[in-house]
Amino acid sequence: MTSPSIAFHPLHRLIHWLMAALILAQLFIGVSMIGDLSVRHGQFIQWHKAIGLALLALVLLRIGLRLALAHPAIPNDLPRVQRLAAGISHWVLYALMLAMPLLGWAMLSAGGYPRPLQLPAIAPHDLHLYALLRQAHGWAGYLLFATVLVHLGAALMHALVRRDGVMRSMWPGPLRR
Amino acid sequence: MKTPLHGPAKYVRLIAIGAGLTALACSFAYAAGWIGTPGLTPQRIIDTFEAQAGHHPGYRKNHAKGICVTGHFASSGLARSLSTARVFSQPRVPVIGRFAIGGANPSTPDTKVPTRSLAVQFATDDGQVWRSGMNNPPVLAVGTPQAFYQQVLAMTPDPATGKPDPARMQAFFAAHPESAAFRAWASSYKASDSFANTGYNSINAFRLIDAAGHVQPVRWQLVPETAFNALPSDVRDVDYLQHDLRQRLAQGPLRWSLRLTLAEPGDPVDDPSQAWPDDRRSIDAGMLVIESVEPPEQGACRDLNFDPLILPQGIKASADPILAARSAAYAESFNRRSRETQPSGARP
Repeated sequence: MTSPSIAFHPLHRLIHWLMAALILAQLFIGVSMIGDLSVRHGQFIQWHKAIGLALLALVLLRIGLRLALAHPAIPNDLPRVQRLAAGISHWVLYALMLAMPLLGWAMLSAGGYPRPLQLPAIAPHDLHLYALLRQAHGWAGYLLFATVLVHLGAALMHALVRRDGVMRSMWPGPLRR
Repeated sequence: MKTPLHGPAKYVRLIAIGAGLTALACSFAYAAGWIGTPGLTPQRIIDTFEAQAGHHPGYRKNHAKGICVTGHFASSGLARSLSTARVFSQPRVPVIGRFAIGGANPSTPDTKVPTRSLAVQFATDDGQVWRSGMNNPPVLAVGTPQAFYQQVLAMTPDPATGKPDPARMQAFFAAHPESAAFRAWASSYKASDSFANTGYNSINAFRLIDAAGHVQPVRWQLVPETAFNALPSDVRDVDYLQHDLRQRLAQGPLRWSLRLTLAEPGDPVDDPSQAWPDDRRSIDAGMLVIESVEPPEQGACRDLNFDPLILPQGIKASADPILAARSAAYAESFNRRSRETQPSGARP
């Protein structure tokens, strides 16, 4: 068991689980704050922006790690359709993890809102563009949650039913033999 | 590595995984308010405004009729010891503003509505932005979003008269004794003949933070320099206040003093229905100078959400629940009108 690609690099695993926790928190905060008018509302919006910015930094680092480091392949004995689904869902996850914070940032820019840390605007102040970006941010969020559910279901299938090495390859703790 | 599971044990685990995913999806739906009975939402408040005043695509869902202005704020420096916000020390801060009348119908005659508002954005040279939406009453009738919603419902126009049912309003006020200060203001209110000689109040309280981190709760008011003059009784012009503003600004700039009122311990900081005692210390933080007015339905104010929780460093929100609800409802109004807007035609 000394093959370098049996598991993801420990840093990649750490970032995976950190992002998993932040993304779930972010999705729940995001979906509840829009219908909330209590004093939590302002607090939620501040958290949402802070977590979004952290997730943007983390996903950029993670894309770098993914490209730079060797990582385990999807098991060969999986049916073709499942291998394809795994490949596509990972692409969709990466695309959405990158798109969500950028859409949020662009949406604040287009809406003429101040941005956290006084970040520059990445879109022109334009109400029509804001409407498009705001809706895209919402729908991409629902799609991300759905993809997270599929990903989690598949991970649990590997861990509890197929009992192959897939969960082990992303295990948050030290790997035992 | 173990072998794949088969038989009953496999199905038990499949069911467990399915149940876990379903539970997660249901909690998401609950958080979104799709299942269960969510409390009052910003969406319901805006829906109610639209149900009462009609659907006016592209317009703000309250204070729909307004006009954009620009000017500057000249800080007096007197408030710089209370707050680190740059606006209180920068000699000249560019301002974008919007004068409006209350109500969700953009074609209401200017003089038919007692509520007037001025929303402003201060953009300081440190890159910070402060937005404030102020109204002419110093207090609200109520102190919670739920009671505010009941008030909106009580003011539903009677289809027969087109006006709120006085009996229903009376019943509402009887059930809400906290409205006493607002009723006292309303019964003594004399409309002026201009946006220029109207005072505008923050209503909600905020917290000023100084360099040492000390917190001072405040409310503020824009006190007009222009002398009061009563509104004539025979106004025919539906855009009377807008035309008046245009005429006055053609003569020269208009000025308001930004007066901060400092709360003392025990004052009702988080309740916008309660006035503070008259003897509270106040500070004139500077002069708001409005210099020019934009053509109708144009101008820099049009595509801004004057969310009162857009605050610079050195000013923080109070725990006033109405303040939070205003922010949430303004965002919903902004989102809706942005969706309704064609590329060429938003409205102020």
